[in-house]
Amino acid sequence: MHSVEIRNLDLSFGGLGVLKNLNLDIREGEFLVLLGSSGCGKSTLLNCIAGLLEVTNGQIFINGRNVTWAEPSERGIGMVFQSYALYPQMTVEGNLSFGLRNARMPKAEIEKRVTRAAEILQIEPLLKRKPAALSGGQRQRVAIGRALVRDVDVFLFDEPLSNLDAKLRADLRVELKQLHSRLGNTMIYVTHDQIEAMTLADRIAIMRGGVIEQLTSPDEIYNRPVNKYVADFVGSPSMNFMEGVIDGGIFRVGEARIPLDRYRASGRGDMSGPAWIGVRPEHVVTGDAAEGAAYAAEVPVELVEPMGSDTLVWTTFEGSRFRLRMDGQSQVRKGDRMRIGLALEQSSLFDSASEVRL
Amino acid sequence: MADPGILGSTLPAADAVRERLSGPHGPRPKRALSGTNIMLYGTLLIVAMYYLLPLYVMLVTSVKGMPEIRLGNVFSPPMEITFQPWVKAWAEACTGINCDGLSRGFWNSVRILIPSVILSIAIASVNGYALSMWKFRGSELFFTILILGAFIPYQVMLYPIVIMLREAGLYGSLTGLVLVHVVFGMPINTLLFRNYFAAIPSELFKAARVDGAGFWGIYFRIVMPMSLPIFVVALIIQVTGIWNDFLFGVTYISSPERYPMTVQLNNIVNSVQGVKEYNVNMAATLLTGLVPLVIYFASGRLFVRGIAAGAVKG
Repeated sequence: MHSVEIRNLDLSFGGLGVLKNLNLDIREGEFLVLLGSSGCGKSTLLNCIAGLLEVTNGQIFINGRNVTWAEPSERGIGMVFQSYALYPQMTVEGNLSFGLRNARMPKAEIEKRVTRAAEILQIEPLLKRKPAALSGGQRQRVAIGRALVRDVDVFLFDEPLSNLDAKLRADLRVELKQLHSRLGNTMIYVTHDQIEAMTLADRIAIMRGGVIEQLTSPDEIYNRPVNKYVADFVGSPSMNFMEGVIDGGIFRVGEARIPLDRYRASGRGDMSGPAWIGVRPEHVVTGDAAEGAAYAAEVPVELVEPMGSDTLVWTTFEGSRFRLRMDGQSQVRKGDRMRIGLALEQSSLFDSASEVRL
Repeated sequence: MADPGILGSTLPAADAVRERLSGPHGPRPKRALSGTNIMLYGTLLIVAMYYLLPLYVMLVTSVKGMPEIRLGNVFSPPMEITFQPWVKAWAEACTGINCDGLSRGFWNSVRILIPSVILSIAIASVNGYALSMWKFRGSELFFTILILGAFIPYQVMLYPIVIMLREAGLYGSLTGLVLVHVVFGMPINTLLFRNYFAAIPSELFKAARVDGAGFWGIYFRIVMPMSLPIFVVALIIQVTGIWNDFLFGVTYISSPERYPMTVQLNNIVNSVQGVKEYNVNMAATLLTGLVPLVIYFASGRLFVRGIAAGAVKG
């Protein structure tokens, strides 16, 4: 059974379409990440699922029940916000129990649930404190706890880690993943951080302009992006692109002739005519491996960025900026010339006009 | 990326700075009697005197007897202190046929003040809450129209309201005056509350909705406890405004028995019969000003905090 179903959802603000005929099925216990740049409609979609925005058209089902017009509290969801949104005048305990008290739940049951949530999130010593006396990480734990006590099937996260510093963000990310495997709830998670998306998600939905561009596993998104936008958006440093022409199984760009016989075509488009080739920096091989690649060439090293675990090398290939990732031990220097090879097995080709994967 | 050479060369500089910081430090000692200080405190003193001197004159005059006042030394301290003028102002001064002093006006004013303040703050805060958090189609237009009301001179509406109150059978009654105060306090107070509430993060509001709180639940349990300073600001504005009101009081109250304190004060001070009892007049004026004064002293700190909060966030 689907946990959340979204059917033909439209939302417009004064004639401006924010979500356009959107369909989405989320499986029970799935961790789905909505990923996109700002203004793509990902938070809007989450607010629609939560019932905080009225939809213009379409329907939303949660656990098979049509909740399109139900109040947020009646939808069986818990929500965690970017700014934590803790009630400042209440203690942590008051924050956790606010929703339960609104639902007129018996005192003993409230106590039981608050204790359990505090135990899961390890915030028992903080129960009597006010939010102002908590650190950012503790506040976000309380915010998660507030969703937890509701004992709901679906958790909604609206960029919950964006306000935290880098180290804390990484720690809480791992905790969230553990929490998901422990509770097994459906989780819908909005972020613009692709690391969070890649590490947490069972499936990622990449959104742009109110439309889902691609919805599949992180691995598939990364390695077989469905169009040039997705390919460019996911991955850091981002994919190298070169525009050329496909002609009889050969990709021509400038002087280079790249044979495409090792490319795994998607079968979606015509393998001929103008196209983009996209190669991720780590799929450019160097040294001996270059000779075994589908295509090899010699390029100048223009800039070296050592990043510790690996080294990013900037070069120019047939008139385009080209980045390649080498391991952190490599001794390449600016001004060197080096042999590189393109791993066509892991590359992407996109039609120039439609930008769809070929 | 920074050049390692540059990074290396900045390190000794940082050390030097740290060394200097570890020595004796703190603000530079200042001379107490500098030219700037004399100018500053001199100006402050003159300005303070400018405001306090009239108050002083009122105070000393109100405790002098009439013979002493006739000597004409307004600034001299009283030779013989008497509280008779205060007693007379409160309980014996005559306006028209009533000779029970300002006390009658005081209780009228209290009876006008309390319901007016409570009602206007209650309605304006709910207005501001709805207009900032529960926006509906046309809410901005509604708000604009409401605010326009603050810019129309009262005099324009004075007579139409007389007719409206007469038709409603409220003309001349305290209820009618309360209604007028509530309505006229609405624009400015709604603006005040709306702007303050607009600074409350919308995610807090969303979280409360997910937690199942409704319109009133969010208002009473989330918004109100967070907004004490702005309630105090509104309270002070309304109390002083309504207590000091003269125009509405004299227009919409038809009989001297129900006049508010300000109108009665005017009638005592401006009565043309008999001798001008300056000491009684001063005492009466001070008595009338007492209520706003007490409110300011009691809540001044909160008032400043509320105004400042609105200024930064609104």
